[in-house]
Amino acid sequence: MDSLPIFLRDHAESQLLPWSRQVEAADHFGVALAQVEEIALERGILPARYQRNRQAIPVSDQLTMFRSSVAVIGCGGLGGYVVEELARLGVGRIVVIDPDVFEEHNLNRQLFSTPANLGYAKVEVAARRVREINPAVTLVPIQEAFSPANGTELLKGCQIVVDALDTIQVRLELAEVCSAMNIPLVHGAIAGWFGHVATQFPGDGTIQAIYGSWKEGKGVEQTLGNPSFTPAVVASLEVAEVCKLLIGQGTPLRGRQLVIDLFSMEMQVINIGEGHRETA
Amino acid sequence: MNVTVKLFASFRAGRFDIETAYYPVGTTVSDVADRLNLPQSELGIMMINNRHVKLDRTLADGDILALFPLLGGG
Repeated sequence: MDSLPIFLRDHAESQLLPWSRQVEAADHFGVALAQVEEIALERGILPARYQRNRQAIPVSDQLTMFRSSVAVIGCGGLGGYVVEELARLGVGRIVVIDPDVFEEHNLNRQLFSTPANLGYAKVEVAARRVREINPAVTLVPIQEAFSPANGTELLKGCQIVVDALDTIQVRLELAEVCSAMNIPLVHGAIAGWFGHVATQFPGDGTIQAIYGSWKEGKGVEQTLGNPSFTPAVVASLEVAEVCKLLIGQGTPLRGRQLVIDLFSMEMQVINIGEGHRETA
Repeated sequence: MNVTVKLFASFRAGRFDIETAYYPVGTTVSDVADRLNLPQSELGIMMINNRHVKLDRTLADGDILALFPLLGGG
């Protein structure tokens, strides 16, 4: 094992470790690809697959990302894209929670759905996909519905939670659990050509503010449906928030909600922070 | 009194993006939603002059009311 760092140093090209060498090191030293990745990053050697992350994400931040654990609640329209992007970004541990199997009406938009995957658990398909695209990161599939009863256990050890749910009631419950556990929550929701994104820090009550007028049932997605492009846009915005939070750079959507209208091609930011308490 | 209403997302279909119209004194957010045929179950964020409000809030002359639909999909 002592010679693994020497192997990596000797086989890195301009501080980049080619994938073939990462696999060779794992085989030769009998360790996991993930372990090779961590040891390389600790020594400032970047797995070459991340070379286009550079500038946006320096090597030291890539290590932070690799040591991070992010939970994605829901593995449908938003969740599929979120998982894909987190895995390519190099987030080391991704916990995905969803009770459902793929159905035909998912095929218009859900990234991991294919005719061959119909009937298979979404989280299992996600795990397979992540093993294909980045075997150095770990996907933890949990085929359960998130609830206040299991939430605390499922989110244990996660630094960030991503809301990719499709019901408002569970979103409100998730927001409560995240606040109680002191975990930031990146929220996204979609319907038709429209969506919104916001980041709730513990105690901010952002999700409660957004859904303050909700009483029961679904939102307008029930009539508007969900075309292919809206989840991709909103999920990508959510992952950008996660990336900033993990590396502590940039300005997150805290106390603000980004409202997206792809039909009029308008995006605007509205204040949630102090504004959400009704004025007399 | 005159109130400016700004509609967002799906609320614009068959209505308008922004409209200033006369409303009687005492009009509430709920009254505006009814007049525009917006189902209460579809109402998400409601803001007057960039401050969040609830359905029973009474409008004043010159107010700008913004209405967003409730989005819950994922």
